[in-house]
Amino acid sequence: MNMSNNFTSWGRPFTDAKMDMYGGDVTQRYQLGAQQMTVPDDKFSEGVQKTQQPIVTGTSVIGLKFKDGIMLAADNLASYGSLARFKDIQRLYGVGSNTIIGAAGDMSDFQHVQHQLDTLITDEYCHDDGHSLGPAQIYEYMSTLMYHRRSQLNPLWNAFVVGGVDPKSGESTLAYVDLLGTTYSAPTIGTGYASMIAIPLLRRLVEDRQEPLNKEDALDIIKTCMKVLFYRDARSLNKFQVATITKEGSEISQSMSVDTEWGFAEGIRGYGGQTQ
Amino acid sequence: MDLRSAMTHADAQRLKKGEVNLGTSIMAVEFEGGVVIGADSRTTMGSYIANRVTDKLTHIHDRIYCCRSGSAADTQAVADIVAYHLSMFSVQQGERPNTHTAAALFNQLCYGNKDRLSAGIIVAGYDKENGGSVYNIPLGGGMFKQPWAIGGSGSTYVYGYCDATYKDGMNKDETVHFVKNTLALAMSRDGSSGGTIRMCVITDDGVQRLFVPGNELPQFWEPQVNVNKPAHQLAMEAEGDIMVH
Amino acid sequence: MSSIGTGYDLSASTYSPDGRIFQIEYANKAVENAGTVIGIRTKDGVILAAQKLLDSKLLVSGTAKRILTADMHIGMASAGLRADGKHLQTRAREECKNYRDNYMSPIPLKHLSDRLGSYLNAYTLYSSVRPFGISTVISSCDKNGPQLYAIEPSGLYWGYQATAIGKGKQLAQTELEKLNFDELSMRQAVFEAARIIHLVHDPTKDKGFELEISWIGKDSQYKHVHVPAQLYDEANELGKTQAESGRMQE
Repeated sequence: MNMSNNFTSWGRPFTDAKMDMYGGDVTQRYQLGAQQMTVPDDKFSEGVQKTQQPIVTGTSVIGLKFKDGIMLAADNLASYGSLARFKDIQRLYGVGSNTIIGAAGDMSDFQHVQHQLDTLITDEYCHDDGHSLGPAQIYEYMSTLMYHRRSQLNPLWNAFVVGGVDPKSGESTLAYVDLLGTTYSAPTIGTGYASMIAIPLLRRLVEDRQEPLNKEDALDIIKTCMKVLFYRDARSLNKFQVATITKEGSEISQSMSVDTEWGFAEGIRGYGGQTQ
Repeated sequence: MDLRSAMTHADAQRLKKGEVNLGTSIMAVEFEGGVVIGADSRTTMGSYIANRVTDKLTHIHDRIYCCRSGSAADTQAVADIVAYHLSMFSVQQGERPNTHTAAALFNQLCYGNKDRLSAGIIVAGYDKENGGSVYNIPLGGGMFKQPWAIGGSGSTYVYGYCDATYKDGMNKDETVHFVKNTLALAMSRDGSSGGTIRMCVITDDGVQRLFVPGNELPQFWEPQVNVNKPAHQLAMEAEGDIMVH
Repeated sequence: MSSIGTGYDLSASTYSPDGRIFQIEYANKAVENAGTVIGIRTKDGVILAAQKLLDSKLLVSGTAKRILTADMHIGMASAGLRADGKHLQTRAREECKNYRDNYMSPIPLKHLSDRLGSYLNAYTLYSSVRPFGISTVISSCDKNGPQLYAIEPSGLYWGYQATAIGKGKQLAQTELEKLNFDELSMRQAVFEAARIIHLVHDPTKDKGFELEISWIGKDSQYKHVHVPAQLYDEANELGKTQAESGRMQE
């Protein structure tokens, strides 16, 4: 069982099961002689296998706190292994009117969570008692759900960023929960590659900033991060959405892209001494 | 160029841990009077893009290039050896080597070391005797002469496009157009390919380099994103405005 | 009712010799004694209005609502035994949730009416249970347009342009029949409903009441909600005045 939250170790679809993409047994199909890799027998293969692996996956989600609330971003790609399979997937989702979640990892699990949250919100709505669930409550629910599932050894294979602003108190929430039930909250958050590539940028541009961060500057920072992620993450797409949550409510943008720089590469030749 | 994930499974199994692999989109196409080769510029380690502006079009001799896919280390070593042999050959023979000669050397090295290498190489070049020619040397080390060849992990997504689009007797510009479109399509679907497109047009006159920046790639159909609303709202507004009986 | 009892009214699973089931008819009596409920289906939405009779002056205003919600897009108001109404809401909520879980879309009101109708009907078939002492008006507005149904204790349900149940049913229905539904907007219907609820109430005879009005349609972003406070106050005041002047003329 590999339950690492480092998604680079999540592997490709089906390989753990010793199967290739077409259901064949890799070890039998390819007789590669001395170099053949032997897959060790799974001593528990007869037992109940619940822990799966992600199949259709989304990559990083980033989020930051700014003066008036929270800003999140995620691209529109759902990959199937290395195949860029779905390019119109929305990984930001509104929960109630003051919370938005962003999902990385398995998209089927994300859809399941969306449905669960819809049910939760509808149940709450039907009580008609003047209360509604804010970001802090949604976050609590999500972390309980994720920890519960990992304790069943049947995790929801995601990392989520929960962002929102409580409409009454004006207090903003930006928090993280993943497939292990790990939780934390911070002024800047990134999942997966973003935790390695975007976080250093966000720390410098957001957390080290002296003056208050307004919405326009926050968007610029988000775009910078999405650009670098597109440059460096082979499962990313230069097409993403940005969610903004303030005391007034939440909004998910149309898809956008950033300008990228390639001109400097024109003169590069070969890998060493090559000049032509 | 990519690490464990790209290419075929056999290839992926043979890559050593942490090895830089060219999960690539590469291509070569003959035309009357020459050959066009092209490649993307992405080199990955796993899903990390180690280099987004790689030059995968490797100079072997004056009129011979190769496109490399598989392990970066293996293919570079093989290309260096072949380039060395051909430079010796041309000095000794006093003439440029045929493309076939280069391909034969690649073939020898790749077949003779098949258990140790993960290298999928397309050799393309121009010579006076044969004009432009393309040789494909895929994983097992076989050698196959082809009017056009595609390779690397990205190629699996565009075989259909190539079969449907390639025509005998295309001129230079048509061939360049074909290569550019094919690579753009492969790069758009294959996470292990991407960045920019580099191409070479190899003719009797010389080698012409072409470059398509990553933000000027040919665009094809892509689905529109319809900004989502909570499911309950979405379903209710599915038909646009309400229908009145 | 002419012949009451005579031994054939003790069980919902027993017919009388002339083919009636007295328990259902008694259930209807419970409905007829309850505060009036009105539903109006307009071209751009549906409204519900209820007259919540106040059993005690000590009740906190605005609590113990009679108009309930079964799903984002479904409102319901029952006349009769309050507990039965609450129970039916619970059941309706489950039906709505199950439909969403299975089909990933909101339940059509026609479907919910049928499910609730069957549920109520089941309570008219066995000696061990009693029929529900309620009639329920349910409202919705979705891709199928505005819809309004009423379900009776027998399990029968009907679709309506407008309907009234409870104590003031007769008078309310007469008033509803005068409305021009081709022209009526949901907003106008709020005022009409407030007027009618006040009209059917006799301040000299009846207990005090609290007016409740909900709507679902474009004005409410297709969610079932109680009308905004400002609109409510306006409609309530105007309704009261109109009803008073109506009575003066008589």
